[in-house]
Amino acid sequence: MRNTSRAFRIALAVLAVALPVAAAAQTLRFGLAEDPDILDPTLARTFVGRIVFAALCDKLFDIDEKLNIVPQLATSYQWSADRKALTIKLRQGVTFHDGEKFDAAAVKFNIERHKNMAGSNRRGELAPVASVDVVDPATVRLNLSAPFAPLLAQLADRAGMMVSPKAAQAEGEKFGAKPVCSGPFRFVERVAQDRIVVERYPNYWNKGEIHLDKIVYVPIPDATVRLANLKSGQLDFIERVGTSDIPSLKTDSRFKISRITEIGYQGITINVGKSELAQKNPLGKDPRVREAFELSLDREGIVQVAMDGEADIGNQWVAPTNSFYAKNMPIPKRDVARAKALLAEAGVPNPSFTLMTPTTSDAQKIAQVVQSMAKEAGFDVKIQATEFATSLNMADKGDFEAYVLAWSGRADPDGNIFSFAACKQPLNYSGICKPEIDELLTKSRTTLDTGERKKIYEQLAALLLKDRPDIYVFHRHWLWAYTNKLSGLRTIPDGLVRVQGLKMN
Amino acid sequence: MTSATANIGALPREISPGRRAMRRLARRRGAMVGLGVVVFFALLALLAPQLAPFDPLATSWSAVRKAPSAAHWFGTDEIGRDVLSRVIFGARASLLAGVVSVSIALAFGVPIGLAAGYVGGWIDGLISRMTDAMLACPFLILAIALAAFLGPSLTNAMIAIGISATPIFVRLTRAAVLQVKVEDYVEAARAVGNSHLRIALRHILPNAVPPLIVQATLAIAAAVIAEAALSFLGLGQQPPAPSWGSMLNTAKNYIDNAPWMAVWPGLSIFLLVLSFNLLGDGLRDAFDPKSR
Amino acid sequence: MGSYLIRRLAQIVPTLFFVSVLIFGLQQLLPGDPAMILAGEERDPTVIAYLHQKLHLDEPLPVRYLYWVGGVLKGDLGDSQRIQKPVLDLVAEKLPVTIELAALAIVIALAIGVTAGVVSAVFRDTVWDYAANVFALWGLSTPNFWLGIMLILLFSVTLGWLPASGYVSPFEDLKANLAAMILPAFVLGNAIAAVLMRHTRSAMLQVLSSDYVRTARAKGLDEHVVVLKHALRNALTPVITLGALEFGTLLSGAVLTEQVFTIPGFGKLIVDAVFNRDYAVVQGVVLCTATAYITLNLLADLAYFLVNPRLRDSVR
Repeated sequence: MRNTSRAFRIALAVLAVALPVAAAAQTLRFGLAEDPDILDPTLARTFVGRIVFAALCDKLFDIDEKLNIVPQLATSYQWSADRKALTIKLRQGVTFHDGEKFDAAAVKFNIERHKNMAGSNRRGELAPVASVDVVDPATVRLNLSAPFAPLLAQLADRAGMMVSPKAAQAEGEKFGAKPVCSGPFRFVERVAQDRIVVERYPNYWNKGEIHLDKIVYVPIPDATVRLANLKSGQLDFIERVGTSDIPSLKTDSRFKISRITEIGYQGITINVGKSELAQKNPLGKDPRVREAFELSLDREGIVQVAMDGEADIGNQWVAPTNSFYAKNMPIPKRDVARAKALLAEAGVPNPSFTLMTPTTSDAQKIAQVVQSMAKEAGFDVKIQATEFATSLNMADKGDFEAYVLAWSGRADPDGNIFSFAACKQPLNYSGICKPEIDELLTKSRTTLDTGERKKIYEQLAALLLKDRPDIYVFHRHWLWAYTNKLSGLRTIPDGLVRVQGLKMN
Repeated sequence: MTSATANIGALPREISPGRRAMRRLARRRGAMVGLGVVVFFALLALLAPQLAPFDPLATSWSAVRKAPSAAHWFGTDEIGRDVLSRVIFGARASLLAGVVSVSIALAFGVPIGLAAGYVGGWIDGLISRMTDAMLACPFLILAIALAAFLGPSLTNAMIAIGISATPIFVRLTRAAVLQVKVEDYVEAARAVGNSHLRIALRHILPNAVPPLIVQATLAIAAAVIAEAALSFLGLGQQPPAPSWGSMLNTAKNYIDNAPWMAVWPGLSIFLLVLSFNLLGDGLRDAFDPKSR
Repeated sequence: MGSYLIRRLAQIVPTLFFVSVLIFGLQQLLPGDPAMILAGEERDPTVIAYLHQKLHLDEPLPVRYLYWVGGVLKGDLGDSQRIQKPVLDLVAEKLPVTIELAALAIVIALAIGVTAGVVSAVFRDTVWDYAANVFALWGLSTPNFWLGIMLILLFSVTLGWLPASGYVSPFEDLKANLAAMILPAFVLGNAIAAVLMRHTRSAMLQVLSSDYVRTARAKGLDEHVVVLKHALRNALTPVITLGALEFGTLLSGAVLTEQVFTIPGFGKLIVDAVFNRDYAVVQGVVLCTATAYITLNLLADLAYFLVNPRLRDSVR
């Protein structure tokens, strides 16, 4: 009796202290660089939407700092012997925000929704998946038409996000207005261009890792204003900090900065075969001119001036620190003399071309620096500023000679190169079309062995970098700034902020 | 009146209303200051190559974002260009933006307004409804949509602003025409047998000139601001060519560490626009005999 | 009077028709295939084809116009393609925000403009006249996005007195709402202050030299009373109707002000929609604002008419 009453008093004392602490709701106010589009994983198409999904919707798999596949809603996977079937074991005890059970039937529903829903942006990502079998409530099997190495990486992104079948069927197209997923936070409200509010889902399977009660995402497109909001205390966290703001933030003890190199790249795409403009322009016609152009660039200098040093130089579609980087093709150093010699050899000592540049400030800075660097080798680069939407269309039609292009990047290297270099693919703006490249690209996605794939990418790099339909210049740093009261941020190269482990002290 | 009839031999010299207005203008100090500043910037723009110490496009990696110093009076920008030279050359873009846009608006607006007011009838109805429609759309939205349609460049921005500003001049001209149309001397000119065109140009149009001049001056001020606004959105003068608006747009990212990049173009826009406004107000007072 | 009213009302229909054609044409003529930017980074050809079909992009322009107008007449302004929300819902959401911003801006503009106009008229040709002039013109001469950023840096970042952005509904928290709106309203109101000042000034000058005021002065009334009680009241009438007419300017100014202060109103909605080629949004919102503007214009004209009996007789 005495023990219980003593225990009771201790418990009371603990509660008296803990309650106020627990009662102080931990709200994270997060500044986004854009307003996300539809919050439906099947229809969504923006990068910034994925940041919100990181809190709202769990996926079958996730990636870690080294881009390895780790379990989330799935616990393990197994390829069949012929590599044409992937059996996935699912986590038990997971529920959706509306209480529905997460099981193999739900996975089948979701994969089929991603593949078949009108307007789905995931169709291409899951193209090789021919059918889904429910083996038992905790196991599902994806049957493929051909082996497909990038599949796991796709399932670690939107294509692997699972929504509640009941809610999806009830809402149909309007599901995105009130998404029901199985992530650590559930949807509360959204006011377009103003805020997206999510609150903690108490039955999350990994609730031990979740310390925040509420997250409010606020889209503020202007980087200066976004930073001002952080400094004035209205926001706790901002993404995509302007590179020139970093020095002042470093000296401000109220805030912390985190950075990591992106999985994407910034580069210049050259029209080598997309339209007849390729033949009319010396840059598109002659690979020696392209080589001279690349040699006239000082990548370090571009990063220094245009990005204030907040980028890693590169020459391939994956960063030098990526395990799939082809070490046989290192980054060339600037060599103006050799550039001039090549141009003389090609018979065009002063080639002139137009560089189509989207009106984003990064692209414009890069273009201006490139223009002045290339001038020293004899190039006359004309900058043509084009509104982003228009530039996409012009690139698609081949209405350009060179184009400053950024790609946000995918976890699997295939996502950074296949659609860009394979014949007639939607993102192949350069118009390159060579059967040997296509063959290697196909092999790279159907070979599952990592060692083998690395060798194939080395062969690809040797071919592509010699032809230079794209000149890769650098890989930006994702830059986050947040209040020093926040801890637990994991820096992952895809630029998304995972909420597991985040804590406000 | 009685003294005039008594001293017929000493009639005062005829001074045209225009000349009288100019005299009144000269007496208003604010307007004169405005005029002076406008002329100053115009000279700056004209003599830019001679006055600018550096090439406005010359980049220098070693001189990125340097504070104002003896070498660079206004400092340097984010890729090492001299801000003073860019401000001087930028005067060209900003003045052009103002003057050309308004010229376009006048070139389209005045004839259309004249036609609407003079001819009347269903033509007037049609033109008036179309003008109302254009005025009902927010000016900047029209300009943005037009500039996005034409493509981002200073020329297209000027066209977009000019077209968006046309309805005001149509209305103004039409109102002036309507006022004068029923005057006796116009009827007399008709009776004498003057052609419609002659009447419109010689008798009616001059009446519209004063309010048009006032509005044009004020519109130039608004057009300079509009160019800055379009540049802020990425639709105006494109880098590397300098314009105060696009310089402001770039500078806002560097306010903390390089405030001089913003101060000088901002100040220039402010001074130029203020001067046009003062001048326009002065002209309005000068032409309006009642505000003595 | 009645026939004037009917005539003005009848004019609204063709005007709105032209507005619809104008804004529809501008949107649809924007270069490039909107499906490309709406389709997503991967530019999946299936999605693009689906969007073409959904938005009738392959049909001729007049047919698309009829689809849209048909919908509008039924009360359906279409959906935002980007976030899949009906345009009407977006309008209902954002309209109160921009209206509040505009109303606050007008109040500030009146405060600045009328005061400056009175001072300028009463103290004509003195240094106060020029000072008032410059003060009121200052707002018109500074790009409002510029002023906004400067004010944010001063009041939010450096002094910490006011929030840097965002919007709280006045029904939720009036104090927070006003705190967030005061800076953008000031920026917006500044620009209109100049116009109000000019009109106040010229109206005051007219009234101050009128017989009415001379009589009041002759009666020996205090100059303050003359100015404030008699002159100002008469001068204000045309000035107030100006408020309605400046609605268009307010909306233009709101475009950038909302962008800088991140206020979720009409202006921000339209700009983003233009760049994202979200046609339905731009068309629907402009149509709404145009209707509002035309209505306000009509009301202002009527008010002016009623106040000024002399104009009634001179109607053509």
